[in-house]
Amino acid sequence: MLNSYRFRRYKNKLFFALCLACVIIAIVPLVSILVETVVRGASQINLHFLTANVLQGGIGPSIQGTLIIIGLTSAIGIPIGIFSGIYLAEYGNNKYASNIRVINNVLTQVPSIIVGMTAFGIIILYVTRTYSPFAGAVALSFMLIPIVARTTEESLKLVPNSVREASLALGVHKWRTTLNVVLPASKSGLVTGTLLGVARIAGETAPLLFTILGSSFFFQGFNAPMDALPLRIFLNSRMNTAEEQAAAWGAALILILIVLALNIIVRVASRGRNFRWTING
Amino acid sequence: MMRRITGDKIFQIAIAAIAASALAILVANAYVLTSGSALVFDTFGLDFLTGTSWNAVEGREAFGVLPYVLGTLLTSGIALLIGVPLSLGIAIFLAEMSPKKVRVPLSYLVELLAAVPSVIYGLWGLFVLRFWSQNYIEIPLNQYLGWIPLFGGTPLGLDIFTAGLILAIMIIPTIASVSREVISAVPNSIREGAYSIGATKWETIRHWVLSYGRSGIFGAIILGLGRAVGETMAVTMVIGNATGPKAMVSSLFDQGQTLPSLIANGFIESPDPLSKSAYVGAGLVLLVMSIAINVIAYLMVTRLFKVKGGAVE
Repeated sequence: MLNSYRFRRYKNKLFFALCLACVIIAIVPLVSILVETVVRGASQINLHFLTANVLQGGIGPSIQGTLIIIGLTSAIGIPIGIFSGIYLAEYGNNKYASNIRVINNVLTQVPSIIVGMTAFGIIILYVTRTYSPFAGAVALSFMLIPIVARTTEESLKLVPNSVREASLALGVHKWRTTLNVVLPASKSGLVTGTLLGVARIAGETAPLLFTILGSSFFFQGFNAPMDALPLRIFLNSRMNTAEEQAAAWGAALILILIVLALNIIVRVASRGRNFRWTING
Repeated sequence: MMRRITGDKIFQIAIAAIAASALAILVANAYVLTSGSALVFDTFGLDFLTGTSWNAVEGREAFGVLPYVLGTLLTSGIALLIGVPLSLGIAIFLAEMSPKKVRVPLSYLVELLAAVPSVIYGLWGLFVLRFWSQNYIEIPLNQYLGWIPLFGGTPLGLDIFTAGLILAIMIIPTIASVSREVISAVPNSIREGAYSIGATKWETIRHWVLSYGRSGIFGAIILGLGRAVGETMAVTMVIGNATGPKAMVSSLFDQGQTLPSLIANGFIESPDPLSKSAYVGAGLVLLVMSIAINVIAYLMVTRLFKVKGGAVE
């Protein structure tokens, strides 16, 4: 009976249903997160909330801080990451490069809280000697560099060798071929991967806890604490009044809009290409 | 001729030096964690790994990370227990069962889970999931199975179980998307062979496809474990943050603490060099744990890609 064809067909259908149920179960939290954030956050959003400082009940400093930290991190991390990736893709057929590749893989998996500690232990203790946006940007760069290096390597490798050979055959040096021919040819993959990396670090909180600390005021220079949206959400979620907790939802809505917008733009623009939402894993 | 060689050489050396930044970052991590934690290891030695108290009061200092190591392992274990079956179901559905039309949008949705910042998971956990977990899972379990110590205590929703639950949700996209790729990489000849001897679709997946891809799937699970172990913000916001002997796990429905949440809560406020050093020591233990996990994952996944060529192990 247990091995009868009918029973096996029935079992087949049962597991089909179970697997479908798994997909539905995974989508429930996603929908709940998005709906709760939009519903609870939207009631907060108004011009005052977006522009006032934290003491006046706004999140202006957090939005400004997030934009500053994304800009600084990109300025430090993207060039280093792209050149590392170029090395791995174009000159990477040796032991040194494969070691660097392994280290990059390990770095993408280092817990973010440790990255924050490292930036604290080096930048804050020895360089700035105070909480500083610069330290936060260095911490986030530590996360961004391996991501960008990996996506750069992957997208450069998609460029067919015939393109390189055509350029070399014209007498162009290898370094000019790399920078002026191969790099532009992989532009779209490069932009996609880099933007996804930036979207990922834009929502990071743990590296900022020990580096920019959080602040109620707008940017006060590179030797003072600064605020950022993820940090503001965390700090406000621990405050006592309902108003402050509600402000956390408002900040969450802005952050999720920034992060998802980056992801969706990239995803739609690179439709059909084999890129993932995250670099994780 | 000379000029061309030198120009290329300079470029190559310059970008090789830039690529060394990865090594520099790794060394920086290792340096800060080892030099920063030297004080606490000098003072307490191996007691730091086995102790359970966390006391910064002058004259009675005692630091031990055991409760937080256990808390980290337990929350990650719960996450795997809940997250792995769900992720595998998703991977199987997306790779083998779903109609072509819904496959792409569904996998977008699942992977969108990975794009949500962890602090937003935390906020949602603190104000939404906490009550689901308390009312629909913890209270019933506590009522009917409360005699098992693991389900005892007073379920408040902000505890080890909820932390594990939120981690389960967070690791789904990682495990599901890697497993889906592994399953898609299984050659069709394997499936055709199974069908030809009369296996149903499920039997084919269960006995042939999954066992062909098992090392890759194992690698995916370990990657998810790595993410769960290092996750900071979401856990910090829902686990209740007990410190010292109270953080020793007695029930899933007790407040607990993981290594990352311990550091996130206390590092900045720690008053003196010894307690700062203790937090850095906790960071070192965490880094060693997560690197060990990732090395295992790396070995498993590279083994997969060797297998993919054709021969089965």
